[in-house]
Amino acid sequence: MSDLIDGRLEIRFTLNGEEVTAEIDLAERLLDLLRYRVDLPGTKEGCAEGECGACTVFLDGLPVDSCLVPALQVRGRRVDTIESLDPSRLDPFLRTGATQCGACTPGVVMTGVWVRDHPELLEKHTIRELMAGNLCRCTGYDGIVEGVEAALKDEEARRQSETRLPPSARE
Amino acid sequence: MKRREGLSKLSGREPYVDDLPLDDFLWGATVRSPAPRGRIRDIRFPDGFDWSEFVIVDHRDIPGANCVFLMEEDQPALAPGYVRHVQEPVLLLAHPSRAEVRRAASTIEIEVDPEPAILDFRVPPESEQIQYGDANVIKRLEIVKGDVEQALAEAPIIVEGVYETGAQEHVYLENQGMIASLDGDVLVIQGSMQCPYYVVKALAPLLDRDEDGLRVIQTPTGGGFGGKEEYPSTIAAHAALLTLKAGRPVKIVYDRDEDMAATTKRHPSRIRHRTGVAEDGRLLAQEIEFTLDAGAYVTLSPVVLSRGIIHAAGPYSCDHVHILGRAMFTNRVPFGAFRGFGNPQGCFAIERHMDVIARRLGMSPVELRRVNLLRDGQTTATGQVIRDGTDRVAVMSRALGLSRYREKREAHAEYNAGHPFLRRGIGLSTFYHGAGFTGAGEVYLDSRVHVAGLPEGKIEVRTASTEMGQGMITIFTQLAADRLGLSAGEVIIAAPDTHRVPNSGPTVASRTAMIVGHLVEKACDDLRRQTGLVDSARGKVVSAAIAAWHREHEGEELIGEGRYEQPPGIEWDEETYRGDAYGTFAWAAHIAEVEVDLRTYAVRVLDYLAVQEVGRILNETLARGQIQGGVAQGIGWALLEEVVSRDGAMENTQLTNYIIPTSGDLPPIRVDFLENPYPYGAKGAKGIGELPLNGPPPAVANAVADALGDLLVEEPCAIPLTPERLMELLDADATDRRSA
Repeated sequence: MSDLIDGRLEIRFTLNGEEVTAEIDLAERLLDLLRYRVDLPGTKEGCAEGECGACTVFLDGLPVDSCLVPALQVRGRRVDTIESLDPSRLDPFLRTGATQCGACTPGVVMTGVWVRDHPELLEKHTIRELMAGNLCRCTGYDGIVEGVEAALKDEEARRQSETRLPPSARE
Repeated sequence: MKRREGLSKLSGREPYVDDLPLDDFLWGATVRSPAPRGRIRDIRFPDGFDWSEFVIVDHRDIPGANCVFLMEEDQPALAPGYVRHVQEPVLLLAHPSRAEVRRAASTIEIEVDPEPAILDFRVPPESEQIQYGDANVIKRLEIVKGDVEQALAEAPIIVEGVYETGAQEHVYLENQGMIASLDGDVLVIQGSMQCPYYVVKALAPLLDRDEDGLRVIQTPTGGGFGGKEEYPSTIAAHAALLTLKAGRPVKIVYDRDEDMAATTKRHPSRIRHRTGVAEDGRLLAQEIEFTLDAGAYVTLSPVVLSRGIIHAAGPYSCDHVHILGRAMFTNRVPFGAFRGFGNPQGCFAIERHMDVIARRLGMSPVELRRVNLLRDGQTTATGQVIRDGTDRVAVMSRALGLSRYREKREAHAEYNAGHPFLRRGIGLSTFYHGAGFTGAGEVYLDSRVHVAGLPEGKIEVRTASTEMGQGMITIFTQLAADRLGLSAGEVIIAAPDTHRVPNSGPTVASRTAMIVGHLVEKACDDLRRQTGLVDSARGKVVSAAIAAWHREHEGEELIGEGRYEQPPGIEWDEETYRGDAYGTFAWAAHIAEVEVDLRTYAVRVLDYLAVQEVGRILNETLARGQIQGGVAQGIGWALLEEVVSRDGAMENTQLTNYIIPTSGDLPPIRVDFLENPYPYGAKGAKGIGELPLNGPPPAVANAVADALGDLLVEEPCAIPLTPERLMELLDADATDRRSA
């Protein structure tokens, strides 16, 4: 690889919708790149071994544990973190009590939003199954499960109200 | 009101200690003892590192007394040549690169000349294993009510049982972390913690500084559960020592492995019950031996033991009670505060024991409890007269009704007779939790709260209470806004910063909403009075009066103060352990329904119902979340969470092999509140945070015993009830026959 200089590599990828370039260490985890080098500390480290899900981000639209992804693997790909979400659409999680201490929350929200945006998953899986990759020690999960349910309902209502608008009003 | 900092957390903007921007700093790391006991012979720094790049600190760098002060002065910040447990901190390193400092720390070799360690608190120590007093007893406490010996001698039926609970790891999702830095002459500590003033008290003698030279600021804390009550003082001490030597900020953030291996856990317990019972089920005499594994230093073990024994006889009326409590020294990583603080251990024992008694009498567990639950006017083990107007039998009855207990028992009998390998059962626990510090503890704390009136008419609530997910920010906002008729936006909650907030005590013991919250109300009242308003003044009148006060007193601070006063009629004798142990108790009845798979011995909780009387509910969503989270943590301890120990330290220090419940492991946890306002709690609230962890382990174990019935050759008397442990309790032949 010609772009490998002194054990470091320059990579380009799309981060939260923007093209970025970063010089990475070959052993570097995506989690460290995000937290310590591009100032996106919203993604949390809980266990560093892919058990707790606190570091969940989207890689090409799929939720992954960023502690298990070598930074070099995101070369040319799309990464979206908790910072990319529109806070105004997170109210369903707020009103059901889906967050308490907040340390698992960014990961929970990423997975929850992924379920919200893929309601077809619920044809084969329950919300409890889909959220089982995100450990939470505060809520007992009821607030989280209800938050995902509420987000799905809000999303459904939003879709319906959009389809009711005249074509000219649609974006 | 919705959780006030909720959106900040949901959107990933909440700044935890490892998220704070920090320039020109070093990462700290800790080198720890490999041996449970002995003298350090040698510390070897291997080749392959340029050690001159590292800041290195050992016990000789400590300016003051080498101890992390809490209750006793026995625990060194850095081992002074002698170690008492594996993982004991010996040496500190700091370096600009986190990866490099961690690598370096893992290569340093500490050689210890081993001495005989004691690793099992249940075994009497050999003379060469004795390291505390004359029998390794760190604390001995006794409760005596009536004459147990005589009552046992006269009792027609005696039921005995020995109950054991294992250690439990907190697994707050945010690992422990601290930053130390210097601001002129002031040493500043920022980090994840429950008790900023504990850190001040611990660091002042260690660093030989007066308290003004220390400023401790709590950062948003990603879960505590007691695990961030005392241990953060040690990490703060380490970060401070490195900073003082390096002259630069130092950050120490543990990874999960280090956090699980080195920090405190729930005390393991062994509790023996010997109970005299009448034929109609009345408890005639309770003799209880209550033993905790304290580990290698005192930490908070005496007070954990205290709360444990005070609750150990259960919420039942019995005239003759003798409880002997002991916290034993071992060469294990010290055990410490964990939600429930001794009560979950005792609650497991008494509530399991009640079901064992019921089976011996051929009585239903419900009826046995109905006969014995405390009625108003009756007394607890310490002689505290309960007269709060709560009908504890009604709390249980409500749980029985909501869970359809009777119908389920019948349905289970039919299901179990027909199913080849699944067995269903239902279990009950009735329990209580005293809120606030024990006895005169709140008087000694002498908590204070300030509410400042700001020039623009807003107010700022200044307390040392910390937000760790339980909802302090939201609850204090509600209380202050309600008290003065202001909007939530007009109430600022100050960050806990010991240079800005008074000492309102630690954020522990289910005391924040009830006790500190009540002081917030009193401070609001005081503020209003100082502006010259009558007590009924609210809203715009209040903010206008605050603004007017400032126009007349330019440059001055307007501060209302609330100071703790003991409610009338509380009497507690610390010497005899007689009297009113707590201002009030919260009461609960929990019901678990389980299914046991006879092929795998796995237990699944099918339904869980928690009914509790916790005084006035201040915020339904937050209160429900406290109960559900506590229940989940209790179910985890009951079934999954096993701390495997090697040389006295936790060996399974990963979330891969220390298993906590996922959303897929739990049913919806149903919550129901009965409200009986407590006149001395904020708006009538009682403590809520710890209560829900007590009941689930016995409710689940009782349900497992109910499901398995006579397939059991032994009562389930120890948790966690892992499949391995359950297998040993079952009659293998009968199980094979039934599941064939």
